[in-house]
Amino acid sequence: MINSSLKQLGAMLQAKQISSTELTQAFLQRIDDHNPEINAYITIDAERSLAQAKAADARIAAGNAQPLTGIPIAQKDIFVANGWKTTCGSKMLDNFIGPYDATVIKLFDQAGAVNLGKTNMDEFAMGSSNETSYYGKVQNPWDRTRVPGGSSGGSAAAVAARLCAAATGTDTGGSIRQPASLCGLSGLKPTYGLVSRYGMIAFASSLDQAGPMAKSCEDMALMMNVMTGFDERDSTSLQRDKEDYERELGKPLQGLRVGLPKEFFADGLSSEVAAVVESAIAEYRKLGAEIVEISLPNTQLSIPVYYVLAPAEASSNLSRFDGVRYGHRAAEYDDLLDMYCKSRAEGFGAEVKRRILIGTYVLSAGYYDAYYLKAQQIRRLIAEDFAKAFTQCDVIMGPTAPGTAFRSGEKANDPVAMYLEDLYTIAVNLAGLPGMSIPAGFASVDGKQLPVGLQVIGNYFDEARMLNVGHAYQQVTDWHTRMPEGL
Amino acid sequence: MQWEVVIGLETHTQLQTRSKIFSGSSIAFGAEPNTQASAVDIALPGVLPVLNAEAVQCAIKFGLAVNAEIAPRSVFARKNYFYPDLPKGYQISQYELPVVGKGSLTVQVGDQEKTIRITRAHLEEDAGKSVHGASAGMSGIDLNRAGTPLLEIVTEPDMRSAAEAVAYAKKLHELVQWIGICDGNMQEGSFRCDVNVSVRPKGSDKLGTRREIKNLNSFRFMQQAIEYETRWQIETLEDGGTIQQATVLFNPDTGETRAMRSKEEANDYRYFPDPDLLPLQITLEDIAKVKAVMPELPGDMKERFEREYSLSAYDASGLTSSRGIADYFTAVVAQGAEPKMAANWVMGSVAAKLNEQDQDISASPVSPLQLAGLLKRIADNTISNKIAREVFDAMWAGEGDADSIIEKKGLKQVTDSGAIEAIIDEVLAANAAMVEEFRAGKEKAFNALVGQAMKASKGKANPAQVNEVLRRKLGA
Repeated sequence: MINSSLKQLGAMLQAKQISSTELTQAFLQRIDDHNPEINAYITIDAERSLAQAKAADARIAAGNAQPLTGIPIAQKDIFVANGWKTTCGSKMLDNFIGPYDATVIKLFDQAGAVNLGKTNMDEFAMGSSNETSYYGKVQNPWDRTRVPGGSSGGSAAAVAARLCAAATGTDTGGSIRQPASLCGLSGLKPTYGLVSRYGMIAFASSLDQAGPMAKSCEDMALMMNVMTGFDERDSTSLQRDKEDYERELGKPLQGLRVGLPKEFFADGLSSEVAAVVESAIAEYRKLGAEIVEISLPNTQLSIPVYYVLAPAEASSNLSRFDGVRYGHRAAEYDDLLDMYCKSRAEGFGAEVKRRILIGTYVLSAGYYDAYYLKAQQIRRLIAEDFAKAFTQCDVIMGPTAPGTAFRSGEKANDPVAMYLEDLYTIAVNLAGLPGMSIPAGFASVDGKQLPVGLQVIGNYFDEARMLNVGHAYQQVTDWHTRMPEGL
Repeated sequence: MQWEVVIGLETHTQLQTRSKIFSGSSIAFGAEPNTQASAVDIALPGVLPVLNAEAVQCAIKFGLAVNAEIAPRSVFARKNYFYPDLPKGYQISQYELPVVGKGSLTVQVGDQEKTIRITRAHLEEDAGKSVHGASAGMSGIDLNRAGTPLLEIVTEPDMRSAAEAVAYAKKLHELVQWIGICDGNMQEGSFRCDVNVSVRPKGSDKLGTRREIKNLNSFRFMQQAIEYETRWQIETLEDGGTIQQATVLFNPDTGETRAMRSKEEANDYRYFPDPDLLPLQITLEDIAKVKAVMPELPGDMKERFEREYSLSAYDASGLTSSRGIADYFTAVVAQGAEPKMAANWVMGSVAAKLNEQDQDISASPVSPLQLAGLLKRIADNTISNKIAREVFDAMWAGEGDADSIIEKKGLKQVTDSGAIEAIIDEVLAANAAMVEEFRAGKEKAFNALVGQAMKASKGKANPAQVNEVLRRKLGA
């Protein structure tokens, strides 16, 4: 059952082979058993989850269930949920109970899904290993000594360890795709503006986008059907007709033009990841895809550009955490300035502080033109690279991350090495394009079999096709059905 | 040395929209603290701003009213600083690309017209309020005002005296009310001015260092503050000192300005485009829609009054000095009053009474309909101008409309020629000396006789008839 697809679970629920209450209890039991070690969840509230399950059972009985009704989904703790502790992985919000529902939370609620709990994450989504969380590191279920990736590391570990049926994540520079790659699951960052950001605690507003993390592309299509849509509360939300993301599933890939950016296969890519990605490409060739070499010449600039723009926005977005209205406030202080300084010094972790400082610096008078403005110009060049590439191909493929899961602590004191984790994913956020990671096999590292993800990048609004590109591969491979041992 | 003062204004006008600029909360003044503060206004984690279209329409209206460029694309930016009444830690404003560009406003200073150039006007949100002393040792925050829409209107340094600055501020104050974008309530802070003042040797084309007088909410204070500041700067320079760029506050009790913070302590606001809001696009069609509902502007109305009613520029300007006066005058004329006469009365007796009582025309106890009723009786010779003033005073005192007052007090003009002849005969008989003087060629004596006749009739005789009969009887 815990390995079942969302469709299978839906069918079982509709056929009353199992109730949502039983299903939720089963996952809560697994969480009880394994979460103390894996630490994928920050908050579990069995009472609330079971109340939702009960409501879902009534809805199923009444015959007005939707595809996700009754299915337990884990929510990244970046989404504000009414009545739920919502921390964003930070001590700053350790005492914060959500007073309203984020649009994503509301949409899953309306679909009848059960909120199974709030998953661990890098503090304010800043990190690629889930080690910056105030709530402790998360174990990678494939090798407990290794990181699950980040920032959606809790969601990734929860899906990989089957501690939920599926989960949500958010992706600012790779935060869905990189942990999906490191934990052997499917993760999609949609086109910027498809999923409402209302109630999703902002890291870098022009880059943040929520998306599904699940076992398969088919599961993600079902979740996309729930998550996407115009939201009048988010001015950057796109006004488009509702789409059915399942509509392309099952179509043949004959003639699909797959672009391989030469810059994605250059220095920095580990040989074991390269080998897995190449064998996945070979599989696509067998499925009828046509492979073309393309170039994204500004790829190397994406990390410096990102580490100007994202901290700039973050430094401003995180200003509201001042200890005045909610969140952490220092116990003792002399005056207003002292209250700000102490509350923020105590409430934020080192990585968050580092990025606030970088962001404050690059926006300062005299530096703005050289950093922020220049980075915005290069951002446009990066988007133009993709626009040009998509005249030559339908989708772009390459590695999601340069390596497999690394050991906890291995890069914790080397921010630049950590930032390079997002080398292949960041440009996609800068361009606002949809990007996806799917399990493409395993690499043997120190005697362990570690998952490797294949990244698929599509043109704007091409998610339905991308999901089918992944789905077709998942029909002929079984990487996505594999489960870590001992769980 | 001769000095010249150079003044520029930045005015924050609170826009009369139904809700806040980025949230659905009400902007009504005076509610219990924090009852008009939504999740967006208190900046809970995860909330996002959504621009109020009504605020944009207000900005377009203003742009049209001052003949300004309205930007097809403008950008909201974040102005970052920490303060407890600023919930997000940044204010959403417009920086590099404002919604309204260069325009101008022509004002009357004494008998001179002067055109003040407007640099720009931009949309932004107001902050909340810190409430000190509500409880011992603590400060409170009221976020009702946070997110109230403001249009900040900035001029070029075009004004050369306190009088010019006040004339501009008053004109602007009238204009924003005229076009219905601001209620103009200065006590409640709906219209607040920051004044930049610098001085330089007369004839110099180099600007001196300026000091900014913050938050002036009365025209009288503005006049006093500028005059004090100008004197202070000149004295400082003449004593060999230098002016430091600074922000100053005016203290109405002492009549002095005092530095609040100097440039060295100034914040670096780290402006950057707000990624939560898309650039604001305004099409020609949007502008046309606003144009269609724009009221006639005071300048256009003034010209029309001169043209249609043959009024002097002075009268037309006075009648269009506020929306209330213009509406009042228009209503009087609509009731059939002769426009020139209506203009004289509105600018004369009505204005004088209001001035006396320091009141706005909306408080006039004489309605346009009542005034028109009075003017009708002057026009049809029922009463003279002199009697009309008596009737007007009675109307002002609430004694009813013109006809009933004339009736009750028996003020109807005597036009019966028999009655007038009888009065004149009596006057001639009683004033033989004056008659002699007149006959000896003193025209003044004639006027004195007219006066005597009017007096004898208690002012009710028709003056034209009195003249005519008197001339005839004197054989002149």
